[in-house]
Amino acid sequence: MAIYEFLLRWGHFLAGITWIGLLYYFNFVQGAFMNEVEAPTKTDVTTKLAPRALWWFRWGAMFTVIFGLLIILNKIMVQGMGVMGTPWGISISIGGVLGLIMWFNVWFIIWPNQKVIIATTAAAAAKGEAPQGLAGRARVAFLASRTNTMLSIPMLFFMAAASHYPWGM
Amino acid sequence: MKNPLDSVKGTIIAGFVITIILWIIVGMII
Repeated sequence: MAIYEFLLRWGHFLAGITWIGLLYYFNFVQGAFMNEVEAPTKTDVTTKLAPRALWWFRWGAMFTVIFGLLIILNKIMVQGMGVMGTPWGISISIGGVLGLIMWFNVWFIIWPNQKVIIATTAAAAAKGEAPQGLAGRARVAFLASRTNTMLSIPMLFFMAAASHYPWGM
Repeated sequence: MKNPLDSVKGTIIAGFVITIILWIIVGMII
């Protein structure tokens, strides 16, 4: 089933680039931008730009994990459980656990908080008011997002190392 | 505009430090 695994990996890369590309956009670009702009621009970004970016972001995370788990499952079915004890298995397990922590942060910390932030900001904007009481949620989402940016560095190292590290050289 | 690296350099350095620590640990296992 080599072609099946190859196609899963292709999907894993496409979804992963969509996810992590947007993660880096949020952390390297949008955050600093939001600190410099005036309130009306902040409202537009929160209610019109962020929902679109977050849609690709969270579904990118979901499909990256689904394809990744299917690759590991396929590998175990073809080569047996012993494959998890090889350098490939150890390396992919570390990368995979880091990826799963990141997926959890996206779906259970960042997105639930951002959903409230977007809805509250939109409701306040409709009344011509400034949104209130969002600092705590913004802080939690920010910290989870920064954590994911930090974890993406070792995650990608071990994902790449599984197939490309010069083991035994 | 501030240097774009300023607000995230701690995060990036921490990511590299974690990578090196895990690399050393895994190197001892394999």
